[in-house]
Amino acid sequence: MYDIIVIGAGPAGLTAAIYARRASKTVLVLEAMTYGGQIINTPDIENYPAAPHISGLDFANRLYEQATGLGAEVVFERVTEIKDGTEKTVVTAENTYTAKAVIIATGSQNRKLGIEGERELVGRGVSYCATCDGAFFRNKKVAVMGGGNTALEDALYLADLAETVYLIHRRGEFRGDEATVNALKERQNIKFVLNSTVTKLIADKRLTAIEVTDKNTGAVTKLDVNGLFVAIGRTPENQPFEDLIKLDEAGYIAAGEDCITNVPGIFAAGDNRTKSLRQLVTAAADGAAAATAAVQYISR
Amino acid sequence: MNVIKVTAENFETEVLKSDKPVVADFNADWCGPCQMLKPVIDELAEERPDVKFVSINIDDQDDLAYEHNVSSIPCLVKFVGGSEASRSVGFKPKSEIIKFIGG
Ligand SMILES: Cc1cc2nc3c(=O)[nH]c(=O)nc-3n(C[C@H](O)[C@H](O)[C@H](O)COP(=O)(O)OP(=O)(O)OC[C@H]3O[C@@H](n4cnc5c(N)ncnc54)[C@H](O)[C@@H]3O)c2cc1C
Repeated sequence: MYDIIVIGAGPAGLTAAIYARRASKTVLVLEAMTYGGQIINTPDIENYPAAPHISGLDFANRLYEQATGLGAEVVFERVTEIKDGTEKTVVTAENTYTAKAVIIATGSQNRKLGIEGERELVGRGVSYCATCDGAFFRNKKVAVMGGGNTALEDALYLADLAETVYLIHRRGEFRGDEATVNALKERQNIKFVLNSTVTKLIADKRLTAIEVTDKNTGAVTKLDVNGLFVAIGRTPENQPFEDLIKLDEAGYIAAGEDCITNVPGIFAAGDNRTKSLRQLVTAAADGAAAATAAVQYISR
Repeated sequence: MNVIKVTAENFETEVLKSDKPVVADFNADWCGPCQMLKPVIDELAEERPDVKFVSINIDDQDDLAYEHNVSSIPCLVKFVGGSEASRSVGFKPKSEIIKFIGG
């Protein structure tokens, strides 16, 4: 039995492991994919205090070395269930582990459009990350679906590479930053497609076109594009815990700044928790708060 | 076995005309998930002499990426007898890569 099991080796989970190890607790971190979480996708982080420029990969490597260097054990298995009791049982496809306390730090995932062919075309024209995949679309036509800051920044980024960028948004105006919206309007090669959503993907081995439906008129337009960047937000990864842990309407774990959930001894940290700002610095802060709360719970 | 670097020049001999199945790893230096996947591929290259593992840098070999419809990396494409048998996009843990490679 471990003192604390952390689910997810992203910034929140690994920070929790650091704090728990420094409080001399035994720690197991279970990770479904690779350590580092979402941040490994970004080439440059510019807003983490005291690190003006660091790549997501370096950030992840440093965090991993710090946590494992302090004695946290990291095992690569996906958690499918937590069973509550005086001790907590954490189930993966391969094994079952027990602990006095559990910290859920499973982060979030890109929201999918949910239309036919989307899954098959990921990596063949459909993407969720402009900075990751933009380079494949030099001098090609692309579309961005979304209206928040991520979509606007993606459109700006792609406008420097691609021949044409269609920015498709289901509303008539943008929620995002005004300065970014103005910068977009100045670009000759960005075309706005408002009050519309992507309703069909057309492909021949790779994406060749999309169909866009106008919400108000019902009119369907075909746009020839090689790339579609989907930037319609993120969704939390809390499905394995939804029977046990109280979630909010959007599916985030209902826990405050103290990271305490409705189940004593189970804590939530990072992007998967109800909060207004989802960033590295808030994920790290949650990791610290959750580990401190878990340590207190164990020694109560 | 080592992971062989493949370019447009040796693609045909190393991949299409290979007598073993080939797993081609399309990647780039700036791609974080690709760097995470690299040690997994290196390990598998040691463990699986029945499969040839090759690495294709998409910045140098953008034509190869385009010809094979690769628009997101890391992307593993498995070639059997000179044609694509299956592909896997994005970082995946070793256990899933083993399943992808198959027997
Ligand atoms: C492209 C991109 C660029 C970004 N740039 C910045 C930036 O510049 N600055 C900034 O502050 N923030 C940035 N962010 C946001 C930042 O990455 C997140 O806020 C942060 O990673 C959240 O950390 P987390 O640990 O809560 O979740 P995540 O990073 O999502 O990590 C969660 C981990 O849990 C694992 N997991 C999920 N389910 C399970 C399960 N059932 N069992 C086991 N493991 C599981 C996942 O595989 C993942 O590794 C960026 C995000 C993206 C996508």
